[in-house]
Amino acid sequence: MQAVVRRYAGPPPVHALGPIDLHLARGEFFSVVGPSGCGKSTLMDVLCGLAQPTAGSVRFEGNALHGEVPEGVGVVFQEDASLAWLSVRQNIAFGLRLSGLPKAEVSTRVEHAIAFMGLSHFADHYPAQLSGGMRQRVCIARTLVLRPRLILLDEPFGALDQQTRLLMGDELLRLWRETGATVLLITHALDEAAMLSDRVGVMSARPGRFIDLVETGWPRERDSRIVSDPHFGELTARLWSSLRSESMKTLGRVA
Amino acid sequence: MSDLALGTAPPPRRRTGGFDSLALLLVCLAVWQAVASWTDGIAVAPPWTTIVYLAGLMGQTSFWGHAGATLTAFLLAFALSAVLGLLLGLVLGAWRFAGEVWEPILAGFYTIPKVTLYPVVLLVAGLGMSAKVAFGVMHGMVPITLLTLAAIRNLSPTLLRTARVLRLPPRQTIVWVLVPACLPEIIAGLRIGFSLSLLGVLIGEMFSSQRGLGFLLVSGMAQHNVPLTTAIVLLIVVMAISANTLMLRYLKTR
Amino acid sequence: MTRARAVLLVRIALLAGLVALLEALCRLGVIDPLSILPPSEMLGAMIERVASGDLDEGMVQTFSTIAIAYVLAVVLGTAAGALLQKLPRLRAVVDPLLASYYSVPTFIFYPLLVALFALGKTPLVILGMMSATPAVIISTLAGLDGVPPVLLKLARAQRLGRWHTLWWIVLPQALPRLFSGFKLALSYALIGVIAGEFLLSGTGLGYAISFAYQSFDSQAMYGAMLFVLLVAIAANGMLTTWESRIARRRARQ
Repeated sequence: MQAVVRRYAGPPPVHALGPIDLHLARGEFFSVVGPSGCGKSTLMDVLCGLAQPTAGSVRFEGNALHGEVPEGVGVVFQEDASLAWLSVRQNIAFGLRLSGLPKAEVSTRVEHAIAFMGLSHFADHYPAQLSGGMRQRVCIARTLVLRPRLILLDEPFGALDQQTRLLMGDELLRLWRETGATVLLITHALDEAAMLSDRVGVMSARPGRFIDLVETGWPRERDSRIVSDPHFGELTARLWSSLRSESMKTLGRVA
Repeated sequence: MSDLALGTAPPPRRRTGGFDSLALLLVCLAVWQAVASWTDGIAVAPPWTTIVYLAGLMGQTSFWGHAGATLTAFLLAFALSAVLGLLLGLVLGAWRFAGEVWEPILAGFYTIPKVTLYPVVLLVAGLGMSAKVAFGVMHGMVPITLLTLAAIRNLSPTLLRTARVLRLPPRQTIVWVLVPACLPEIIAGLRIGFSLSLLGVLIGEMFSSQRGLGFLLVSGMAQHNVPLTTAIVLLIVVMAISANTLMLRYLKTR
Repeated sequence: MTRARAVLLVRIALLAGLVALLEALCRLGVIDPLSILPPSEMLGAMIERVASGDLDEGMVQTFSTIAIAYVLAVVLGTAAGALLQKLPRLRAVVDPLLASYYSVPTFIFYPLLVALFALGKTPLVILGMMSATPAVIISTLAGLDGVPPVLLKLARAQRLGRWHTLWWIVLPQALPRLFSGFKLALSYALIGVIAGEFLLSGTGLGYAISFAYQSFDSQAMYGAMLFVLLVAIAANGMLTTWESRIARRRARQ
């Protein structure tokens, strides 16, 4: 993203985002943290082509985006986007349905994703019968089968309890290593960002801009046990110190 | 949060709301006029003629005799529907088992052409006012019962618990907690019951009465008195919509 | 015994009991058996009328009218609802009309329709449509409104085109509400057509009942009446079962 700005006409006119300059290296795990309302979701929408920037340009693999989501990008939303009328298996196969792949290939990929995300027992259940966390796993699996090269996740674990979050974080890391994709994770949990990422971008209050870019320096083979490393505490502290004044600004604005 | 406006709820009324409604009214009047002219007033009288005729009608005492008959029958029917419906709804809402047994039966009654039962009602109630009121009650009682039933049944137990925590005596619990909680749904039921009682009374008049607005409508048709039929239709439409809109407005402010 | 089963049994027993009571009262002469037939005789009359083919012509007339009115109502209603959803300004104006629509007894327009189109099928079809279409419009609007924006975003993220989004995402999501509108529309179309035939028509089941009433032919009247009621209940029952099957999969359990 280069000099990206996003404004809403209103009324009243809102300067939601930017200017933002961001370069994601291939295969890196990048997290975005920031106070609520800073435009994190807008950032993601613009990045994948769901929204057009008011100014600036976005490129994916060298090609400019034209208001359409390019091939090779997978998105997991914050809200539950599981399809209530399809079973878990059918949900996961949903994206491949129109891809023109042979049935055998579709089936292989779907079964692999089901096993990978730990959904084997529930493959024939319907979303209404599953918990929120499991439904998110279905959505992640659905993205996984498309073999995207860029995966965007918008607070995917927001509704889960802390312990489930940590475990889901581990799964996300496994996913990242297995697919070799570039991952952009939006989260409001500093510890999650510090634990999972190669780099963390800290956003300011609205209009959102990057006020800090932190390199974590973690090895590729990592999991949630990394929280015992003292560096983790330093990272989290640094993130919070950057973020604290921004969060207070937001709070003051709201109150 | 990205606020991409994809498939949002209906927009709030902007300043153009009043203008748009006026435009719609004019369009309707224009279409009405066009149809009337196109058929040379054989089927439908033009708007202005109708209004003039209606004004003329309202100057005649015979008209008011008919209007009065309809009004009396309707008020009786609605009052009966309301009282019976509320009581029955209360009982069925409170006594869960009976409610579960009866609800599909009542809902089913809603979907059958009650017109087919009219001859039976006439045989039982005879012609005239009692039949009309019976029709009105037949149509109006069911929705009031069903909605009252639902309102009572859906009273959240948390409300009762809150009342007990606040140590309210039973009468106050009912008046200050339970009634306001189920009031919106009950009033919605009364609104529907209102319209349907009117419908029942009118259809009864069209079918089997010598007095009332429904009768005027049918006799106007028999005599090929087009302005009369159009005027009555206009009157009923205006009354029904105004009453309903008033009730809806009242519901919204609550 | 589960509660649901107990409720069902009591309901059946209740209805059977009421029918038995009516039968007894008629047989004992408490109710004049000439004006209200005992239920067993009603049933016999119905079977006889249906078997003898007396009702055949009426059946064809009425059911074809209802079918035409229903199909037109569903098609036009769904299209109108979809259109209104895309045009918010028009929708804002039309909304209050839709809210008050069913407070007006539509059959008062029937004499006007007859004057416009002459006695026959057309005014009945239009009457049926006038009753049924708004229900479809309202439920289509509700169904389309009820598509969570995140699903539309999902469609774009998956790069589905417009028609694919409509077919694979919007329609399945909106189906429960659409279907309840279709169910309601059938009841309304049926009620509208039969009421119209009853009041003012030369053919059809509604007319058959009215004619029989006026000819003091109890057998014919109750036979036709029972038939119409049973058809209405059966049609509605089938659609309700179908509706709950659709809902069951998606329901929170």
